[in-house]
Amino acid sequence: MVLMKKFFLSLFVFVASAGYAVGQYVGASSVSISMSSTRTAGQNAQAPVTMISSGATKSALSPVSPTQSVSTKPQPTTVTKSNPTKTPAQTPTQTPSPIPTPVPAPTPKPQGQYVDGTYTGTPGDAYYGIVQIQAVIQNGKLVSVDFLQYPNDRRTSQYINSQAMPLLKSEAIQAQSANVSGVSGATDTSQAFIQSLGDALAQAKNA
Amino acid sequence: MRETRDIMGMPITIEIVEGASAPLSAVFDYFTAVDERFSTYKSKSEIMKINRGELQKKECSDEVKQVFSLAEQTEKDTNGYFSIIRPDSSIDPSGLVKGWAMRNATALVQDMGYKNYFIDAGGDIQSSGNDADGRAWTVGIRNPFNRSEIVKVLRPQGWGVATSGTYIRGQHIYNPHNPEQTIEDIVSITVIGPDIYEADRFATAAFAMGRKGIVFIEQLPNFEAYLIDATGIATMTSGFERFIA
Repeated sequence: MVLMKKFFLSLFVFVASAGYAVGQYVGASSVSISMSSTRTAGQNAQAPVTMISSGATKSALSPVSPTQSVSTKPQPTTVTKSNPTKTPAQTPTQTPSPIPTPVPAPTPKPQGQYVDGTYTGTPGDAYYGIVQIQAVIQNGKLVSVDFLQYPNDRRTSQYINSQAMPLLKSEAIQAQSANVSGVSGATDTSQAFIQSLGDALAQAKNA
Repeated sequence: MRETRDIMGMPITIEIVEGASAPLSAVFDYFTAVDERFSTYKSKSEIMKINRGELQKKECSDEVKQVFSLAEQTEKDTNGYFSIIRPDSSIDPSGLVKGWAMRNATALVQDMGYKNYFIDAGGDIQSSGNDADGRAWTVGIRNPFNRSEIVKVLRPQGWGVATSGTYIRGQHIYNPHNPEQTIEDIVSITVIGPDIYEADRFATAAFAMGRKGIVFIEQLPNFEAYLIDATGIATMTSGFERFIA
C-alpha cells in the first residue's frame, strides 16, 4: 500500500512536471526550438522529442489517458548523448526533473499552470526524419501526445523505426598525431598523387 | 616490401611484409587488368563498349557479368541507394569495382601464401596480420576539412575500411532516389566491414543516404561507421569504438 501510494504520488508529480514542461515548451515554441547555432539536425530534434517520447513519459501518462497514442519508438535521446557541442538551448526540456523515480518526490506543483487546448510543436529533424508532435491539455493537465509527423517515407526509415533507436555517439572531430600505416579518405585522384610526387621531386631537387 | 602505383585513376599502395617485388607486380597487374576491362575512361573497355551499344550485356566477360550481378544484389541490399546506372542511363560500375577488385587482389595475395599485407586503393584499405615491425596495422581517418590531417586512428584487425565522401572529387556521389539533390549535409562516412568489398559498397550507399546513412549502418550486423558532417561533428555507430587504436 505504501508503495502504491508512493507510486501515485510520484506519478502525480511527474505528470504535473511533464505537463509543466510542455507548457513551457509550447509557450516557447513560437520563439523557435531549432535554436542551435551549431546546426546539427540530431540536436535540434532533442527539444521536441526527448521530453515527450521517452518511455518514462509514456508509462507515467498511460493511467491518466489510456487512449493516448504516445509512440515510444523513436528515441534519439542517445544520439547526441556525448556531444560536446550540445547547446543549452534545450532548456525547456530541463526545467523540471521529468524522471519518474519511485523516490517520494517533493511538494507537488499546483495545477493549471497552462491553458487547455491542443498545441502543435514545431517540426523537428529527428536525424532520421521529421517528427512533429501535438499535445492536448485538459483541465490543466497533459492528457495526450500524438505524433503528427513521423518518419515513414522510406522503407529504411520504417525498418529503423521498428528497432530500438540505436546508440549513436557524437563528438567534435579533432586532429590526431600518430603514424599510421595508411589513411582512409574519399577516393584520391591521380592529381593528388601527382602533387605528392611533385612535392617529393621538389624536395629531392633541394636535397 | 611496399610500392605505390597509379592505376584506375588513383594511387594504389601494396605492402606485402615478407614479399619481394614479384608478388607485388602480380597484384598490380591484376588491378591493371581490371582497369582495362571496367574503365569508364578507356574507350576499349567492356564498359565503354556497352555504353556505346557495341556490346550486349550477355556477351560480356564473366567478370563483368559477375560485377553486374553483384551490383543488382547491392541495389537490393541498400534499398536502391546503390546503383550503377547513372542519371543519363549509362553504366558506371566504379562504385563497386574497386572494392571487388581489392577483394580479389587480397585473395591473390593469400593464395601466394602471405599473411601480413596492406592494400590501399585510393583510401580504401584491406589489411591482414601485422606490419614489418610486428605491430597491428593502423588506419587513419582523413580530416575532410584538411587532407593533411587525420582525425581518428583505427586498428582494423583484418577488416576492410572504406570512406566515401565529397571532398576530393566534389559531388561524385548522388542519391539515386533524387539525382538532382546534392549531398551537402555530410562530408564523409567511413565504414568498417568484414572485408573491403563489403565496406566499400556500403560506404557508397550510406553516403548517398545522407544523415540516415549512419543509422542504416547501425542496423546492419557486422558493420560500423564514422560519419563526419559539414559542421565537423562526427557520429559513430555503437560498436565503432572497438576499432579505435
